[in-house]
Amino acid sequence: MRLLLRGHAPRWLTPALVVAAALGTFILTAGPIRLAGANPGSAYDFYLLRPLSSTYTFLEVLLAATPLLFTGLAVLLAFRAGFYNIGAEGQFIAGAIAAAVVATGLPDLPPPLALPLGLGVGVVAGSLWGLVPALLRVRLGVDEVVTTLLLNPVALLLLQGLLNGPLRNPTTQFPESARIGSGYELAPILTGHRLHWGFVLAVLVALALWLVLSRTGIGLTLRAAGLNPRAAQFSGISVGRTLLGAALSSAGLAGLGGAVQVMGLQRRLTGEVSTGFGYTGIVVATLAALSVPAAIAVATLLADIVVGAEMANRVLQLPPQMGRVVTATLLLSAVSLMLLRRYRVTFPALRRRRARAPSSAGDPS
Amino acid sequence: MTEEADSTPPLLSLSGIRKTFGDLVANDGIDLTVRAGEVHAVLGENGAGKTTLMRIIYGLTVPDDGVMQVDGVPVMVRSPKDALACGIGMVTQHFALVRPMTVLENILLSSLPLGPVSTEEPRLRIAELSAQLGSPFDPDAVVGTLSVGEQQRVEIVKALYQGARALILDEPTAVLVPQECSALFKSLRRLTDDGIGVLFVSHKLHEVKAISDRVSVLRHGRVVTTVPTETASTGELAELLVGRAVSGVSRAVLRPDDEGSVGATLIAAERADDRSSLAAARPNGEVLLRISALTVPGSGAKPRLDGIHLDVGGGEILGLAGVSGNGQRELADVLSGVLEPSSGSVTLGGVELAGAGPARIVQAGLGRLPEDRHGVVVEDLSVEDNLILENVNSFRRGPFLDRGAIRRHAERLIEQFSIKAAPTDPVGGLSGGNMQKVLLARVFERDPQAIVVAQPTRGLDVGASEFVHKQLLRRRSLGAAILLISEDLDEVLALSDRIAVIVEGRIMGVVSASVVSRGQLGLLMSGTPLAELSA
Repeated sequence: MRLLLRGHAPRWLTPALVVAAALGTFILTAGPIRLAGANPGSAYDFYLLRPLSSTYTFLEVLLAATPLLFTGLAVLLAFRAGFYNIGAEGQFIAGAIAAAVVATGLPDLPPPLALPLGLGVGVVAGSLWGLVPALLRVRLGVDEVVTTLLLNPVALLLLQGLLNGPLRNPTTQFPESARIGSGYELAPILTGHRLHWGFVLAVLVALALWLVLSRTGIGLTLRAAGLNPRAAQFSGISVGRTLLGAALSSAGLAGLGGAVQVMGLQRRLTGEVSTGFGYTGIVVATLAALSVPAAIAVATLLADIVVGAEMANRVLQLPPQMGRVVTATLLLSAVSLMLLRRYRVTFPALRRRRARAPSSAGDPS
Repeated sequence: MTEEADSTPPLLSLSGIRKTFGDLVANDGIDLTVRAGEVHAVLGENGAGKTTLMRIIYGLTVPDDGVMQVDGVPVMVRSPKDALACGIGMVTQHFALVRPMTVLENILLSSLPLGPVSTEEPRLRIAELSAQLGSPFDPDAVVGTLSVGEQQRVEIVKALYQGARALILDEPTAVLVPQECSALFKSLRRLTDDGIGVLFVSHKLHEVKAISDRVSVLRHGRVVTTVPTETASTGELAELLVGRAVSGVSRAVLRPDDEGSVGATLIAAERADDRSSLAAARPNGEVLLRISALTVPGSGAKPRLDGIHLDVGGGEILGLAGVSGNGQRELADVLSGVLEPSSGSVTLGGVELAGAGPARIVQAGLGRLPEDRHGVVVEDLSVEDNLILENVNSFRRGPFLDRGAIRRHAERLIEQFSIKAAPTDPVGGLSGGNMQKVLLARVFERDPQAIVVAQPTRGLDVGASEFVHKQLLRRRSLGAAILLISEDLDEVLALSDRIAVIVEGRIMGVVSASVVSRGQLGLLMSGTPLAELSA
């Protein structure tokens, strides 16, 4: 078996591969689900359909999709520019910490001041967390995959250190911050439900990012720099500056996600402010093939699986980690199948054997 | 001195070696022998098939057809390991040495057994072999601290240590300074005295004359001739190397009918071997593009560009001929703004551009068409986006792109340059010719004062090549100063008003295209100074 580079893939190929990836995921995960004692069919019913069947669970899906949208868009933006930001996790945590510090330190600000301040410091903190890797890459060519990745555990340790030290809740002595000032709270969209205006903000950010990438000069230069930096440089585009801008915006978006999570859902800083949202953001961007509309769909799908996995845990006693197994399998099968858009698989041994057979004389290939 | 006179079979013999890559015939039935104790030189231009041939002998490429014999016994060489087992060693231009390791370690690396290694015997053997080369070196020296010439000797000793009796040297002098060259030649003489056979691949005539016993000239994948070196003059070899003009391509043929005033007299001029008229030629028109004392350092002692002076006048095409790798790419890169020279200046209409970035250079009116087309278009972006990439800001309304204007711009250029593509097609899907047309359109549309173009028709079919040539001539008649960097002598001769020859980062001379012969160009390209030609 050999892989051959192909020029351009036929139009039907991508949708066909998506279907194949979904089928492959189902087949590959059916075994583990069966071993865990559930019927794969009904498990998938929970993962995919049940969460969407009631208003309450549907809004829960959108709530779960909110941080994934921020981190997914952050990663997407960076990858588009050719900056492989694996550090959305750390930047998300940095944003959450900053928002919590301000919101517990100045708790009495009124909403018109508090909201922009809380979200703003989240953006700045995320960007700062991404600044050093971005500068190292642009100025010295240090691989950003390594530096951004290694800063993730640093952010997590910083978070735990703060929660066990200066930010420890003064009344309960739990390792979590005090409740944020009420002016900082992102209000629920519907009364009686947890879905907050942070979701709307995420959708607006997605829309803005889509406009910038596809409709502006900046977007064109950014995509050119990401697709072929040499050609972009040759055309007079300042690739370094573009890269730096994209990297900092990406980190800022992830930081904004962290601030939103604190101000919209958690209302205080805890050690579990991120359950790997930064890493799942990479999955979102990759599965969406760096397209903004697709990223919205993918973030919703992954959130659907997250909510569904909790329900399946309660009803079918399936371990909640099974949802992650499904997501991971989906990523692996999608990424490996998408390789076929660039490569053709040939079987030279088979062809040789066929060529030797006399009946192949009329074979047009 | 015929082959039949030899009673013992040659050390290495190739017959009917053939290798094709798709439509390209790289080696077309090559017969070649290397005898023990001789240096056999292989001369050839770029693309003549030298590299493919070397790779086949050393087992890096498997030929489609043909037989290889060692000591008269047919052998199958499918990997460098097979080649070494047959006694064939190769020293490539880029050394395969681990720089932080010592000489001894490097040499042992290729034949390392599992388990403990005794270094005593190898140490002695290496000392012996390096003494055989005439320049003993310390087996414990770290390779990275050695000079390029010493590293090359380490490579040779490595091959000998592995039992090579036939040595392939691929452009061995390309990385050496003259003193190292003569040391290398002395070493090679000592080796041949000991019965080693050397296959010396080069495009430098004077070196081939100096070192080889026999020389084979390779052209278009065939051995044009094999002669004892002493019976061939440098001039004859140069003629064989570059070949004779195969077609009547000239400015007269290519010139569009409606603008044939200036060129007619030039074409009429005979390309006779009138040596007295081979004086350095000056530009006709007012100098627009002036390159002076331009220097780009190399990785070793040798600079890539060594004080280049060139003047290009308005309304003229200055051809820059040379064998590949003599600094053409660096010159194009400096002029394109992607490589910063260490010193020297480039001015366009008096404006200094050396070291300026691409944006400023384009702004100043210098159009750039580099040889690597894939490196200057973004293949995944559409034709219309690539067409505005050098000029995004002119197609904006506020922060947003003016998609309507971009589409109209693309449609106009597609029509004008007969590009076979839709505005939204990704450029990566276009043929080489159409991709080049996109680049031509992007550059010419801005009406550049001067144009730097490198290998403009490489890989293009006849129709597309002719289109590109016509467009270049049209720009010339509109008064642009054009520097045409090309390794295709036919192209240089057909289009240029004057021809400069570059060798090892230096300009050997600038001559009028109407009086120089192909043979003379060949001599210049292989390093013979202009003064010797006119003498």
